[in-house]
Amino acid sequence: MISSVLAVELAYWQQTTLRVIGGLVAILLPAGGLVYVYLFKMMSFMQSRLGPMEAGPYGSMQLLAEVGKFLQKEDIIPTKADRFVFLGAPFVVLLSTFLLLLVVPFGPDAWFVDLDTGIYFAMAVSSISVIGILMAGWGSSSKYSLLGGIRAAGQLIAYELPMILAVLGVVIQAGTLNMNEIVFAQANGEIFGWGGIGNPYIITQFVGFMLFLVAIQAELTQPPFDMPVAESELVAGYMTEYSGLRFLLFFIGEFATAGVFSAIAAVLFLGGWYVPFLAPEHNLYNVLGPLVLMAKIFGVAGLIFWFRFTYPRFREDQLQRLAWKFLIPIALVNIVATGVLKVVF
Amino acid sequence: MAETTEETEVVPLVDHVREELLGTLTSHLGDAIVASHIKPGDELWIRVTTEGWAEVADVLRNRLNFLFFDFVSAIDWLPSPYGREMDAQVDTIVAAANGEALDAKPPEEMVQGYAGGDTRFQVFGRVLNVVDMLGLIIKADVPDTLVVPSWIAHYPGANWHEREVHEMYGISFDGNADMRNLYLPGDFEGYPLRKDFPLLARRVKPWPGIVDVEGMPGDDADDEADDTDAAEGDA
Amino acid sequence: MTATTGANERDQLAYIAAKAADSRVNVELETEGMTLNIGPQHPATHGTLRIVARLDGEQVISADPVMGYMHRGYEKLTEVRTYPQVTTLINRIDWLGSFANEVPFILAAEKLMEVEAPPRAKWIRTILFEMSRIANNLLGLGDMAAQLGAVTPVFYAFRDREYVLNQVEAVTGGRFHPNFDRIGGLKDDIPAGWIASTKDSMVKMREAADELESLVFGNEIFTARTRGIGIIPAEVALEYGMSGANLRGSGVDWDLRRDAPEGMAYNEADWKVWTHPDGDSYARAWVRLQEMREGTYIVDQLLDSLPSGPVMAKVPRIIKVPEGEAFVETENPLGVMGYYIVSKGDLVPFRVKIRSASFNNIAVVPWVLKGVYVPDIISILASLYFILGDIDR
Repeated sequence: MISSVLAVELAYWQQTTLRVIGGLVAILLPAGGLVYVYLFKMMSFMQSRLGPMEAGPYGSMQLLAEVGKFLQKEDIIPTKADRFVFLGAPFVVLLSTFLLLLVVPFGPDAWFVDLDTGIYFAMAVSSISVIGILMAGWGSSSKYSLLGGIRAAGQLIAYELPMILAVLGVVIQAGTLNMNEIVFAQANGEIFGWGGIGNPYIITQFVGFMLFLVAIQAELTQPPFDMPVAESELVAGYMTEYSGLRFLLFFIGEFATAGVFSAIAAVLFLGGWYVPFLAPEHNLYNVLGPLVLMAKIFGVAGLIFWFRFTYPRFREDQLQRLAWKFLIPIALVNIVATGVLKVVF
Repeated sequence: MAETTEETEVVPLVDHVREELLGTLTSHLGDAIVASHIKPGDELWIRVTTEGWAEVADVLRNRLNFLFFDFVSAIDWLPSPYGREMDAQVDTIVAAANGEALDAKPPEEMVQGYAGGDTRFQVFGRVLNVVDMLGLIIKADVPDTLVVPSWIAHYPGANWHEREVHEMYGISFDGNADMRNLYLPGDFEGYPLRKDFPLLARRVKPWPGIVDVEGMPGDDADDEADDTDAAEGDA
Repeated sequence: MTATTGANERDQLAYIAAKAADSRVNVELETEGMTLNIGPQHPATHGTLRIVARLDGEQVISADPVMGYMHRGYEKLTEVRTYPQVTTLINRIDWLGSFANEVPFILAAEKLMEVEAPPRAKWIRTILFEMSRIANNLLGLGDMAAQLGAVTPVFYAFRDREYVLNQVEAVTGGRFHPNFDRIGGLKDDIPAGWIASTKDSMVKMREAADELESLVFGNEIFTARTRGIGIIPAEVALEYGMSGANLRGSGVDWDLRRDAPEGMAYNEADWKVWTHPDGDSYARAWVRLQEMREGTYIVDQLLDSLPSGPVMAKVPRIIKVPEGEAFVETENPLGVMGYYIVSKGDLVPFRVKIRSASFNNIAVVPWVLKGVYVPDIISILASLYFILGDIDR
């Protein structure tokens, strides 16, 4: 897509620069926005307080202050830490987030990579963060970190399965793994012959959508599934020993991943960059698409953070029981039902 | 403490409930009960022999249904060699006025409280029957070996209390192997709650609260005079 | 209540779990145990309690609380302070329910001096006592939710607690350390208009209780995390000397407010002692919530029947307590708190034994934590609800 922005042919290095900038914007903008809108403001209002009010109008510059604060802090490395593993862990986590973003379409012609196996790729790279978290847990040489890391590993692996199974329903219905084509499939879909608003899969795959939400909540290690970081038990889990920039990387990774997962959920279930009553081939989507997707990201993330600020935390064994005894069977039934209905209709 | 509402209306001179309890205890324990004291409508104190200290817990817990364990502690009856730790200033004034030396104050005698006693240290504890709302305080003398039997076989909750007594008074409990310090650092020397353990804060700095400055309502004049009078009368 | 509330199935299971954890140490797999130091600096220990937990995976083999990081030696310090000065100190034992700390000490001293506070003082004493219970229980419940990972309820608890603290401040001048109780009565009478504003705040507290009930107790995850967790049978609770909501959560119907109301005005109000038969974390928290709500009704009734008259009995200007020994305990927010005063007829007590509630409540921790999982350590501790000052004294 980028090779012909505004009908200007770009050299390879120009394309690369644009891609890097685009990637950073696509990661940092939702992440910063989510932190401000939900972590700072929504959470504060839910808890009957105001949140940051001093930095900038309505506290909007607080984020910069926070980043500045983290950058100034000393980068502490525990004496007995496994240095290489400890230092590398935040980057591995962030890498997973960036890789996830690759396949998300922002418009009919706006994507980083248009993979035919897009969703498959996304599911695969999302597990890379487990390695980063395990690295952090092991490399910190702290018992809290270790417990957090092991919990995270068990949890992320357990919830990968319901997530993939939830996605399978969409894939069966759309008949493609390409994420942009999934959007087109929804945009061109019809509800009992009426194609007015397309066919966002949240209607037909509502069960899948709920499963996917639960699973990403667990993948993001957010309450009620925040055992790996459980601050009242494990101090901060695998992040306990991190400070300064590296802690900031984990923090950005957490919220950026929330943003990217919301984007994937929006693409899969809410029609991605498509808005009803505007044909998907319309030129306006080149500008409107990213904005629509952003709005949908904030919608889905709003749900995620609402749960986060409301619920207490499960215990590790209860979490596993929920995944294996409830979510996975439901997901399997959903797949079978989708398959049968696909053949029938 | 443990009386019912009917008892408050007519305070009996003889507390039948506690007399009866004392009788029952005596029939169970025999000579182990050395002395007793009853405040009608309030509390029963009994003093048992050192050997009977565990036995009385056994009887109370297992036969008389005194299931609730309240506390175990100890007391050092030695009059404090440092006075009240606040005497220093007052006594100087008084002694100077009378032309006496400060140390001339005769040492007080060691007087044990209710139910008497023979030794400097006593352990005391309280258990309660929550059904009848009846409690009693059990005391026992501590011999010079500073070892008394432990209660933990009958009241597991006594463990921490005994550890506290051990570190604060140096009294050991036979049958409780876990005598680590509970509050104090492991290498702390001395037994802080003994009367001959000086309160260092008072040694190094005079106590500012020596004069009770708060006036009573409607009593704003002559506060100073009152205080001096009281202090003199006290010294 | 029958003292041994029947070893029902649940109690037996708890026993078996504890025993099994004793014997089953790494027989199946030759794994290496791990010792986890929870505290003294840890987000969940409100203060500086440290728990040395021996773990097998995430299961606790043995847990040993270590305290003393905040030991202030009050039993020694009381020996060198006059009776009125002692109340300042003991305010700081359970700092969330500090007025309640003063009351048993004052009652014990009054018993020795054989003075009795006038009715109005008794009434106000009881009202303030219940208000500190309301504030304390509310914060305890909010905190328990926070320990379980729900970040929001604790803010509601802090917000609503202000209504009570403002009322306490209006009377005593202090929000946390009122130092208001005197031998023979109270320092002052209540200010004008206080009764109406207190009734308003009690309505708000009932709303807060309802809100907390629906927000926390109605939550399935909260139920899953607390039901059947940390079961303490009545018998065990008694022999460890647990008290307060923790004991009543184990089904023992024993409340000193009802069973030993001397010096207080509890008999003048119509109220109920709440118990719960289960003995688990949920039961303890539930009893705490009910007691908070019941407390608002007690306050309302006592405000309606507040007698007139002085708030201070005739006591000497300089308080000298006659020789003797007295023990008084009351039902404080955290449980039974008692003072054993030995007086030698002096200005200062000869010996004060402070029997604090949390010390006994936490003594059961090594027993109850055997065989549970690491997250349950936190939820059980939160449900036992202790204040570190009340343990360390």
